[in-house]
Order: sequence, then C-alpha cells, then structure tokens
Amino acid sequence: MASTAEGTEEGVRRRDWIHIAAVSTAGVGGASVLFPLISQMAPTADVLAASTTDVDVSSLEPGQSIKAVFREQPLFVKRLTPEEIEEVNAIDAGGLRDPQTLEDRLGVGNEDILINLGVCTHLGCVPLGAAEGENKGEFDGYFCPCHGSHYDALGRIRKGPAPTNLEVPEFSFTTETTIRVG
Amino acid sequence: MSFAWANQYEPKNDFTKWLDEKLPVPRLVYNAVGAGYPVPRNLNYMWNFGVLAGFFLVFQIITGVVLAMHYAANTEVAFGQIEHIMRNVNYGWLLKYAHANGASFFFVVIYMHIFRGLYYSSYKAPREMIWLLGVVIFLLMMATAFMGYVLPWGQMSFWGAKVITGLFGAIPFIGEPLQIWLVGGYAPNDSTLNRFFSLHFLMPFIIAGTVILHIWALHIPGSSNPTGVEVKQESDTVPFHPYYTAKDGWFLGLILIFFSAIVFFAPNALGHAENWIEANPLSTPALIVPEWYFYPFYAILRAFTGDLTIPFTGIVLIEAKLLGVIAMFGSILVWFFLPWLDKSPVRSGSYRPLFKKFFWFGLVPCMAGLFYLGGAKAEEPYIVLSQIFTAYYFLHFLVILPIISQIEVPKPLPFSITQAVLGSDDTPGGKSGGGDNPGEVVKPLPGGDTDGSLQPAE
Repeated sequence: MASTAEGTEEGVRRRDWIHIAAVSTAGVGGASVLFPLISQMAPTADVLAASTTDVDVSSLEPGQSIKAVFREQPLFVKRLTPEEIEEVNAIDAGGLRDPQTLEDRLGVGNEDILINLGVCTHLGCVPLGAAEGENKGEFDGYFCPCHGSHYDALGRIRKGPAPTNLEVPEFSFTTETTIRVG
Repeated sequence: MSFAWANQYEPKNDFTKWLDEKLPVPRLVYNAVGAGYPVPRNLNYMWNFGVLAGFFLVFQIITGVVLAMHYAANTEVAFGQIEHIMRNVNYGWLLKYAHANGASFFFVVIYMHIFRGLYYSSYKAPREMIWLLGVVIFLLMMATAFMGYVLPWGQMSFWGAKVITGLFGAIPFIGEPLQIWLVGGYAPNDSTLNRFFSLHFLMPFIIAGTVILHIWALHIPGSSNPTGVEVKQESDTVPFHPYYTAKDGWFLGLILIFFSAIVFFAPNALGHAENWIEANPLSTPALIVPEWYFYPFYAILRAFTGDLTIPFTGIVLIEAKLLGVIAMFGSILVWFFLPWLDKSPVRSGSYRPLFKKFFWFGLVPCMAGLFYLGGAKAEEPYIVLSQIFTAYYFLHFLVILPIISQIEVPKPLPFSITQAVLGSDDTPGGKSGGGDNPGEVVKPLPGGDTDGSLQPAE
C-alpha cells in the first residue's frame, strides 16, 4: 500500500501534501499573529474618538484671528478684511500650485470667515501669521518658519516647498455666530 | 578568519583549557581583537575610530539603561522627569549630559570612520559587505538618535518628531495613513512618546548585533590600510594586541579628555536651548533644526523648493516635498552603491591624484557647506547655496566618481606594506622586489595584476 505512494522516486509523494499543509498553516498563523502587532500602532480609540470643536466668532473683527484646537492640532479662524478679499479676488486662481478660489476656501454662504488648520502641509509646523505682529510672509497671509512656505491671505500655498493649501476642515454654522468644526 | 602566520591561542592553565573545550570565548576574543588578529603595520590614526565607535555604543547603552531607570514615557510627566533626573537623582545631571553628549561624540567618531572609508576607498572589494553593513549601522543610529531626542519632550523634541514623521506623509497614496500609523495619531502624542521610548531602548541592541556582523565581515579579508595594498607577508602585519589595543587605548584617552571637557564645562553647547521648554503643540519654535549631526541631510531635505514638472505643461511629476524626502534618503542610500560606482582598482586616495583633488576640493567643502546650511534659517542665500551643494553631492557620487575611475592615471603603488613603511622589502620571507631587486619594487599599474594582492586571506 505504502509502496505505491512513497516508494517511487519521482512525482508527487504523499508527504508533499503534509509539507504544504503544515507550512501553509504555519504561514497563515504567523501572518495572523502579525496583524495585532501592526494594528496596535494605529491611533488608539481615545485619539480616534474624534471630537468637534465649537468656535464663537461673534467678537471677531475683520483682520482678527482666533487660534483654537481641533483634533490635537491648531485651528486658525480669521475674518478677512475687504481689502484682503479684493486682493485675493484679483489673482487668477488657475495659475496657483493648488488652484482654489475664494468660494472654494470659504464655502457657500460664508462671506468672510476663513477656517484653516494651522498645520503647514509641508512637514506639519504651525505657520506664523495668525497672531498680531507675526511674520505673515511675502503674500500677506501665513509664513511657515520651518522651511519657508509662504501662504496668502486665503491660506493658499504661493511659494516654498509645501505641496497644497492649508487644509480647510469640514465645518458648519450652528448659529449666526457659532461654527462647529468637524 | 586570519592569515597563516597569525598567533594561535593556547590556553595556559587548567581552567582556560577546560573552558576552551566547553565554550571557547577567550579564543574568540583572542582571534577577534587580541594577539591572534594580524593587522597591517602601517595603520594611521584614522583607523582608530572603529574601536572608538564600539566604545561609544557601549557607553550609550550603559548610560541609557541607567537613565531609563528614572524616566517615564508619558507626555504629562516626561519633561518633568528630565528635570527630576537633573535635580534629584544622584549624579543624574552627569548621566543625562554624558548620554546627550555621548550621542554627539558617537556621531563625530562615526563621521570620521566614514570619512576614512571614503578617502581610502575601504568600501572596495573584497570589503563591500563591511561597508554595506556600516551604512545599515549608520541608518539604525540615525533612527535611534532621532527617537532618543524626542524623549525629553521639549519643544525641539515635539517639533522634530512632527517634521520627521511628516516626511513619510510625502509618500504618494500610502503616505498619510502611514504617517498616522507611525505616530499613532494626528500629531505626536502619548502613543508616539511611548513607542519611541520602547524602540529607542531596543535599537542599540540591534545596532550591536549588526556591529558583530560588521566585525565578522571585517575579519574575513582583514583590515585595509593607508596604502590600499593588501597584506602579502608576515612582515606587513603586527598583532592587534598589544600594538593596536595600545594605540586605540591612548587615542580613546585623548578623546575622553575632550568628551569630559564638553560634559563638564559646556554640556549644552551642542544642544538647543529651545528643548528646555516643554513641548507645546500649538506653537512652533522660530527655527526648527535637528541635532547638529543631521544638518547635512536636513539641508538636502530643505533644498527642494520647486516641483518637478514637465516643462511648459504645468504637469507635476513629483511634488517638491517628495523630492526633498527622496533626496534626503537618497543621499545615504547612494552609499550602498559606492563599491560599484567607484571602479578604480586603486584603493587609497593618496595614490589617486584626480580623485584626491575632487575629494578635498569637492566633497569635503560640499559636506562642510551642507553642515552649515542645515542649521541655517530657511531663507536666501542659504536656500540657493543648499541647492548648489546638494547638486554637487549627488554629482560627486553618481557622475564624477565613475568618470574619475575611468580616466585617472594613478600613481605607482608600493610593492608591499613593508616596502611602503621601510623603503625596502628585504625582510626574510619577503617576495621578490625591494632590496637587491629594486626593479620589482614598483608594482605595475593595476588592472591586470595577478600578483594576488586582491585575494582575501584564508
């Protein structure tokens, strides 16, 4: 009985099947052990429990900014001045690195409140320009001191290594003067 | 693992005889760094840095393990724990400063070691594997040092972590999820600090393992030497012990005097004052720079300010951010190809007139420039200068070096190490050449040489 299966020198042996089955089982087992080891590195549940941030903009005068915190990251809320709106409207958005118009940045029905993450899209520094007296860069908006990215008044990348405009998070007006971000 | 004339280990007493049969560790040490390892007799001081690097690795492990007994990887208390070490722990100030400056000295020593390898072409056959393992060790060191710098949870720690993990975000498609996975959140947080502490503790031991492979690979062909001519005969070598243990020991003493001077009199000279301010996720320091030993690579990262586009179409092939990241990693990865980029059969830069010019007037000023620029502000003229130096850096390795090795006429090599040292080669056991046979002293130009100079030892 065994001679037919194992006695031949060439071809398939009965033991090959055991080898394949054993190695496959061990392989699948090994891979499934890897999964929790890799997955544990991902953000934990408390980090992921993404909160929303409410910002009160009632006292925000044109040209002023508020710094808030949204998901552990700085959030810039700014009321644009009429001059700034005029200035950014005068530029052809199509020629920019990350072409976005005033409406793309502010959203529909929002006239002058710009909401940006204060996180440079290059390597994540906090750009300057949201507070009084800070360097606003060559385009009168934000300037990232780390590697010299210049953003304009709408947070659009104009010069330097950053690839995209400052991120505009999802937001909505809960009342006339309150914005819920997230 | 050694030349035929190497001293043989002989256990002296009953205990060492017994041990040699059961677990021949003394034999291993004897053959690796003892009298049983024949080393070229003409090594200059540039050959001291390997042993020094080993010393600083052990030094960092010892001080690090001790510091870990007083540290806590928790963003709430980590910064305070460093102050606790500085103020409350007996000799904590000494351990902290010794560990922080020990890292700097480790890099000084490693840079000198790499510099030696580049000038004397230690990466060439038959020593490619030693070089490759060395580059791996260097990469592991960089990762370890970076994660260690995050642990005090100061401003530079936090923003350094944010910028460096941000590098991974530049990778197309998988970058952002990868970055979030590495950090364990959207910005460096408690998870980040904990995993960095864990890995910072683990990686030195991985480095130590790689160092063992590095030394193992070294002992197959044996050490190179300043002439680049391989060992031919017994008179070319001396035993590692006592000759080089003594020389390394004296040099270690010298370095430790400098080290002590820094630790005791200028412990913060190599650090950043900003890191004595606790991490604040909402405020970026005016100038984020890494520790000094990363400056050249940081300069290369920042040199790329424009996207790579197809001219006149505006189609972006590679974003500036990704270009910088590729270039920064590429600047080290190019070392992996060095043994095959530099095809000249002559090893030592001393016998390569053209190579020598480009080395001293090209690569060395270029690296010095990048060192300076990495710590400078991100503004003109520093940006243009970093672009020029970055361009030269890659040109040197990828274009100049391969061309030089094709067109250069090397100087005549000495016949042997003994001849190079003594001016003649008439010692007993020497081969033809030197002494009565001066015509043979000068070896023919390399290329077709079959005198066995490239053969590894047994």
